[in-house]
Amino acid sequence: MKFLEEYRDQGLARQLAAELQRATTRPWTIMEVCGGQTHAIIKFGIDELLPEKITLIHGPGCPVCVTPLEIIDQALEIAARPEVIFASFGDMLRVPGSSTDLLSVKAHGGDVRIVYSPLDAVKLAAENPAREVVFFGVGFETTAPATAMAVYQAAQKGLKNFSLLISHVLVPPAMAALMSSPNCQVQAFLAAGHVCTVMGYQEYFPLAEQYHVPIVVTGFEPLDILQGILLTVQQLESGRAEVENQYARAVRREGNQLAQELIKKVFEVVPRKWRGIGEIPQSGLALREEFATFDAAKKFKLTHHCVPEPAECIAGLILQGLKKPNECAVFGTRCTPEHPFGATMVSSEGACAAYYNYRRQAPKEMAGVP
Amino acid sequence: MNATDFAATCPLPISRYPNILMAHGGGGKLMHRLIEDFFGRAFSNPILDTRHDSAQFTVPPGRLAMTTDSYVVRPIFFPGGDIGSMAVHGTVNDLAMSGARPLYLTSAFIIEEGLPMATLWRVVCSMRDAAEKCGVQIITGDTKVVDTGKGDGLFINTTGLGVMEHPQNISPLAVQPGDRILISGDLGRHGMAIMAVREGLQFECTIESDSAPVAGPVLDLIKAGIEIHCLRDLTRGGLASALNEIAEAARVKITIDQKDIPIREDVQAACELLGMDPVHVANEGRFLAVVPAKAAPQALEILQRHPVSTRATIIGEVSERSMPLVTIKSVLGSHRILDMPSGEQLPRIC
Repeated sequence: MKFLEEYRDQGLARQLAAELQRATTRPWTIMEVCGGQTHAIIKFGIDELLPEKITLIHGPGCPVCVTPLEIIDQALEIAARPEVIFASFGDMLRVPGSSTDLLSVKAHGGDVRIVYSPLDAVKLAAENPAREVVFFGVGFETTAPATAMAVYQAAQKGLKNFSLLISHVLVPPAMAALMSSPNCQVQAFLAAGHVCTVMGYQEYFPLAEQYHVPIVVTGFEPLDILQGILLTVQQLESGRAEVENQYARAVRREGNQLAQELIKKVFEVVPRKWRGIGEIPQSGLALREEFATFDAAKKFKLTHHCVPEPAECIAGLILQGLKKPNECAVFGTRCTPEHPFGATMVSSEGACAAYYNYRRQAPKEMAGVP
Repeated sequence: MNATDFAATCPLPISRYPNILMAHGGGGKLMHRLIEDFFGRAFSNPILDTRHDSAQFTVPPGRLAMTTDSYVVRPIFFPGGDIGSMAVHGTVNDLAMSGARPLYLTSAFIIEEGLPMATLWRVVCSMRDAAEKCGVQIITGDTKVVDTGKGDGLFINTTGLGVMEHPQNISPLAVQPGDRILISGDLGRHGMAIMAVREGLQFECTIESDSAPVAGPVLDLIKAGIEIHCLRDLTRGGLASALNEIAEAARVKITIDQKDIPIREDVQAACELLGMDPVHVANEGRFLAVVPAKAAPQALEILQRHPVSTRATIIGEVSERSMPLVTIKSVLGSHRILDMPSGEQLPRIC
């Protein structure tokens, strides 16, 4: 398939891997920020092609994983109301709140629907004037423009029965928070390519400078990731800390300015709690005052309460790259995608799910090598 | 079919009953007319035509195979098929997976009050055509009508009976290390066709379901004397679930190669877009066969000669007796676990 197969070519991958071997002289720890990259790395076995000196740690870039438990609980509370049609992206449905999940709410009669775009939820609201349609607005900068467009369109249409439960988060503040942590082991970042298609990569220049950390905007196919790692290693080896763009076929320096303007028009930047990490300053998006009537939390007068995470779940350490999923005591035994303790096991992009689905044994055992 | 076709072919006076009423399941004249003029007329055969409460027939020599399945697919009509043809193909295919020649089907309809008569007739005609194509007779049935809101238009259950004209023991327990795994064609079309229609996804081209009967190629394998260790249709859960079930039952490790699995470009594109893996997606006209290594080339040739399995390929092998495990070699040459999907396939956020 065009734009796909050419980025999964085995010969070119081996060439890049060989080049990486030559370029690497010292141990380096690199974080891939986005969960989509984590999955590609594990699914295609990209980490098996890397020099032993390179350690990849899996970053917090999975929107499902970092949505706080209390917001999931709010979603469950709204979705269970008889007047509500609750519209969500598919992979939020299995995420456990403190007591249940959206799939169970649906099984108990809640009207929970999977949509592919927030605009589908706006359409639902227009078609069902007697019902309250609530969209679960989750995701990074990648999905924020579509959510903003839904708010904008609903306002234009004067829809009174549409609202959103918003938990949008921003990537650069989380990267800064990670770098500020005294436990930080990250020496370089593969920045999330799709976030940058919207936001561009200008906001990474201050980060690279302040923390002296190479940041390479990277795509999601195997060759993208290998090339991204190669560019980072070349920077690390030569002591540079620059922002580079590996994903030039999709990302421009200034990003998608129309989308950014729309985000700015509808949202303001606020502090936001990240599941497993805690509150990060200026890391979330909330509806501006003029769009406050679309805020589901206000409309349904939800109370905000803090919910503790299951004690055995180490999702927080995993999201910060301090532990690998298979270092968790309950991984693959009591915690599985069917019975997840934490969100990293639920989402198709979560690091625990990636390890569980693709790698419960050492790669050598799987290949049948004694 | 448009309304004019329906008026010309539908045996019930559409002007009086354009929709199913509760009375169509009430045991009176309306139900009698529905059974006679719809089901009796479309499915007519000597056994059904006797109109006994139960079908009477002579059991052919050989072991018998029996299976049942219920069909609740939404939408009722989709590119490449409909609930009627699926209700025939699905059950016939289940029989074929034990190497049986499908002979008879029963059909039970649960119809929601208000279903357009034209819709029901179209489904019945599709079942009739599918049964004819598969060489099976529908010999008894049942009709129930439920109140509006208590069904979802139409549910169909079919039970199938077939005869095994061979002495082979086709079962996961017969699977041996060294066996080769064949699949009968490209994967993922049915699941993605349904999802595209159900969710209103618009792609540049229409993905058509692969719904088809597969008894033909299976019987060809048996006729040619191929030793078959196991057959499995690749319905819900797709290839990944079928392989894991076999690995678990036979206590073996199975290794397959991604590059040998045929997947059409449009299906691959739709899967990439939605974050799904074609090996987890449902098929309705695909099966896998596990055969000894020495029989694999001939089995492949036989499958490729049959119109429903021209794209058959050998995708891997049973490597050893071990803890049950399925692994897949990626296009980059590395190996990973291929697990069953966890519950329903859910499209991802981004």
